[in-house]
Amino acid sequence: MSEIKKTFSIKGMHCASCVTMLERALKQVDGVSRANVNLATEKAAVFYDSQKVTDQHLASAVSNIGYQAMINEELKSEDEEQKEKQKELKDLRLKVIVSLVLGALIFWGSFPGLMNTAPMFLRSFWLQLILATPVQFWAGWSFYRATVSALKHRSANMDTLVAMGTTVAFGYSAVVTLMPAVVEKIGIEPMPYFDVSTIIIGLILLGRYFEVKAKAGTSEAIKKLIGLQAKTARVIRDGKEIDIPLGEVVVGDVVRVRPGEKIPVDGVILNGESSVDESMVTGESIPADKVKGDTVVGATINKTGTFTFTAAKVGEQTMLAQIIKLVQEAQGSKAPIQRIADLISSYFVPVVLMLAVTTFVVWYNFGPADKALLFAILNTVAVLIIACPCAMGLATPTAIMVGTGKGAEHGILIKDAESLEIAHKINTIVFDKTGTLTIGKPEVTDIIVMPNVKLQMSNQIQNPNDQILQLAASIEKGSEHSLAEAIVKAAEAKNLSLGVVEKFLAIPGHGVEGIVDGAKTFFGNRRLMEREKVVITDEQNNNISKLESDGKTVMMLAVNGTLSGFVAVADVIKDTAKDGLSVLKALGIEVVMITGDNRRTAAAIGVKLGITRVLAEVLPDQKEAEVKKIQAEGKVVAMVGDGINDAPALAAADVGIAMGSGTDVAIEAADIILINKDLRSVAAAIVLSKKTMRTIKLNLFWAFAYNIILIPVAMGALYPLFKILLNPIFASVAMATSSISVVSNSLLLKRKKIV
Amino acid sequence: MQLDNIIVTIAGIGMVAFIYWFFLMKKEKAIVGGDFVDITVDGGYLPETIAITKGKKITLRFTRKDSSSCLEEVVVPEFKIRKFLPLNQTVSVELKPEKAGEYEFVCGMNMFHGKLIVK
Repeated sequence: MSEIKKTFSIKGMHCASCVTMLERALKQVDGVSRANVNLATEKAAVFYDSQKVTDQHLASAVSNIGYQAMINEELKSEDEEQKEKQKELKDLRLKVIVSLVLGALIFWGSFPGLMNTAPMFLRSFWLQLILATPVQFWAGWSFYRATVSALKHRSANMDTLVAMGTTVAFGYSAVVTLMPAVVEKIGIEPMPYFDVSTIIIGLILLGRYFEVKAKAGTSEAIKKLIGLQAKTARVIRDGKEIDIPLGEVVVGDVVRVRPGEKIPVDGVILNGESSVDESMVTGESIPADKVKGDTVVGATINKTGTFTFTAAKVGEQTMLAQIIKLVQEAQGSKAPIQRIADLISSYFVPVVLMLAVTTFVVWYNFGPADKALLFAILNTVAVLIIACPCAMGLATPTAIMVGTGKGAEHGILIKDAESLEIAHKINTIVFDKTGTLTIGKPEVTDIIVMPNVKLQMSNQIQNPNDQILQLAASIEKGSEHSLAEAIVKAAEAKNLSLGVVEKFLAIPGHGVEGIVDGAKTFFGNRRLMEREKVVITDEQNNNISKLESDGKTVMMLAVNGTLSGFVAVADVIKDTAKDGLSVLKALGIEVVMITGDNRRTAAAIGVKLGITRVLAEVLPDQKEAEVKKIQAEGKVVAMVGDGINDAPALAAADVGIAMGSGTDVAIEAADIILINKDLRSVAAAIVLSKKTMRTIKLNLFWAFAYNIILIPVAMGALYPLFKILLNPIFASVAMATSSISVVSNSLLLKRKKIV
Repeated sequence: MQLDNIIVTIAGIGMVAFIYWFFLMKKEKAIVGGDFVDITVDGGYLPETIAITKGKKITLRFTRKDSSSCLEEVVVPEFKIRKFLPLNQTVSVELKPEKAGEYEFVCGMNMFHGKLIVK
C-alpha cells in the first residue's frame, strides 16, 4: 500500500457542519484513511491509498453531498489566468479597432484642411455624434465602470481621469451638435470635438493592450520555472515499473531515469551513474557527473546514463518548488525606493483633478476673449488625459519582477526586493574561506612524526605515520568539522581501524580532546596546544610554519601532554575563485577573507587569490563581530558563506549571501542564495542589483519627469510665450506611450548581461 | 470681471475644496477581523481597513468583481505575497502577523490601497 496525501479546495462550504459532512463522506471512500477539512481555507487534506482511490472517487464523494472539489486547481488557475488574459486582449483589440476606425472617420470629416477631401456625409455633426456614441459608452464603458466603483470608495484612479476627460470633450460636442443655436448665442462657433473623445479612447485602450502584453513578459521567469517540472515519473513499485503523475510520487519511491529524460523529483542515486545537466535549476553550465550516493535535483535533465534513485523530496519540498516559492515571495515584496512613488501616487489623482479645475477657471477668465470657453475645455481635457499615475506605479515592481526572475535563471535567488536594492550599494564583501573560496573538501597532505616519540598503541600498526593518522582519525571521528572528515577519510583509505574514544569533547575554534587507549589526547591547532601547555620546540615550529606558508592547515596531536606529531590538511581553491574575485575588484569592491585558520595558512591562500585583507584565527562566534567591525568603518558589507556555520554573520551583514549548500535553498539567515558553487555568481548578483536599480531609477525619473513637465504644458504654460497648446489627442499618445515605455524599459533588463 | 467669470471662479474654488475633502479627508473605519475576512475587490477594496490581532492567523479572502486589469493582482508586501485574482473567484491569502503595526495590501500597480492594523 502506498499512502499519499492530497490537498484540494472545496467550493460551496459555508458552515461548520459542512466540515463534518465532508469529512464523513471522504472517509467513507474505500482506501481513504484520514480526511481533514478546513472551513477557513476551504480545503480538504485527504490521506489515501493511491492504488485504490482515484481523483474521480474523491470528486464524486464530494459532489454527491452537494459540494464541488477542485482537485487539479493549481493547473486550472494557471490556465484560467491565461484564458482570462487572452479574453481581455481579444476584447481590447476589438475595442481599439472600432474606436480608432470610427475616430479616423470623424477626424477626416472634421479636421480643418483635411475635411475638404472628405465626403459630405462625414462632415455632418449628427453622423459624427452617432459614430462617437458607441466609442464613448461601449469601448469606454470600462472607464466609467471603474470610476463609479472607485468613487464609492472615495478614491480615484487613472480611469477616473480618462472618463472625466473624454466625457467633457464628448459632452461639449454633443451640446454643440444638439443645440448649435444656444452655443452661437454666447458667441462661440458651434464646432464639435468628437474626434478628440473617440481617438483618445482608442489610443488609451491601445496603450492598455500593449501594456497587458508587456506585463505578461515580466512574470515569464516564474512561468518558465513552473514549466520545468516533469509531468510524470517512472517508479518501481512491487517490482514493476509504472508511469505515474508527478503528484503521486512519495518519499522513498524508487524512480528510474533514462537518458534524455527529466529527473522528476529530488533524491539520492541508488544505482547507476550519469551526467546531469542542471543548468535550468542551478545556472551551472557544465553538466555534473553523478554516481551512487550523489543527490539529484528534480527538473534537471539526465544526459547519458540510466540510473535509479530514491525520492527524498517531493511536492513542495523539492528544490524547484522552493525556488519558485522564493522568487514568488521576492516578487511580492516591496523595494524601499518605491516608498516615494507610493506617497506621490496616493495624492496624484486628486491633485490632477484640482489642477484640471484650476486650468478651466484660469483659461475661462484669462483666455483669449473669443475662445475662452473652448480653450478652457480643451486644456482641461488635455490635463486630465496626460496625467499618468500608472507609469509611476509600474516603475519599481516591473523591474523587480524582471530582475528577480533573471536572477533565478542564473541560480541567484534574491529573497526580497529590499536585498536586491541594498546589494547595489555593497562596497565590501567578506568571504568565508572554507567551502566558499575553497571547495570545502580538504585532503591530508603531510603527516609528520616527532622524533623520539614512542606511542603506546593497542593495535598492531607499525608505521609511525599511520599511528599518528590512526590516533587523529579516532579522536576526530566524533567531530563535525570539515577537516575532521578529511582525516577520517585518509585513515579509511589506509584501512586503519579506529580506536575507541572516551570523554570526547569538541572545543570550538581549538580542536578536540578525549581519552584514546587510556591516554589523554588532544588534537587541534596551536591555540589548543598553548592552552594545554604543550611544548612546541623552535624546530617544530619552523616545520609547521613552512607547511602553513603553503596554505596548508596544520593540526597537532598531543598525547599525555607531549607533542607526538602533526597532520597537515589542504583544501583546494575553487576554479572560479580568481575570476569571481577579479570581477568584484573591477567593480570597486573590497574583498575580505575570514577564516578560523591560523594566520600563516590564511595569508598564503590570500596571496594565491590576491586578497590583501585577511582576517585569520577568527572563532566561529566572532565572525559576526568582525562583520560588524567592518560595518562600523562605514562600509556596506556583504557576507558570503555556506549559511550553516556562519548564519549569525550572514544575518549581521547588510546582505547575507549563502552559497551552494546543496538542495536546501530555504536558508533563513541569507538574503541572497546562490544555488551553484560558482564564485562568479557573487559578482553576477551585484551586477544584477546594479542594473535593476539603474532600471528602476530611470523608470522613476521618466515617470516623474513626464508628469512634472507635461502636466504644466497641458495646462497651457507655454501659451503666453510661445502660443503652444497641447492637443488632447497628443496628450493621449503621450500618456499611452509613457506606461508602455516604463514596462518595456524593465523588460530590457532581460537582455542585459550579468555574468 | 463679469458675472460669468465670478460664477466660474467661485464654482472652481468650491470644486477644488470638494475634491480635497472627498478624496483626501476621508476617515477610515476599521473592520475587526476574525479568523477570516471577505474582501470585495471592486474599484478598491471593501472593507479597506481591517483590524487584526497580533500572532493570530487570519485568512483574507479576495473576490475580484472589477474587470479592470489594475486590480488583477493583490500584493501584501510585508508578507511577500503577490497573487493573481481571477475575475469573480475567491482567492485566499493566509497570514500571521507577528508584530504590531500597520501593513498595506495594494494592487499590482500600487494604485489601490487597503490596510491591516495589527494590535
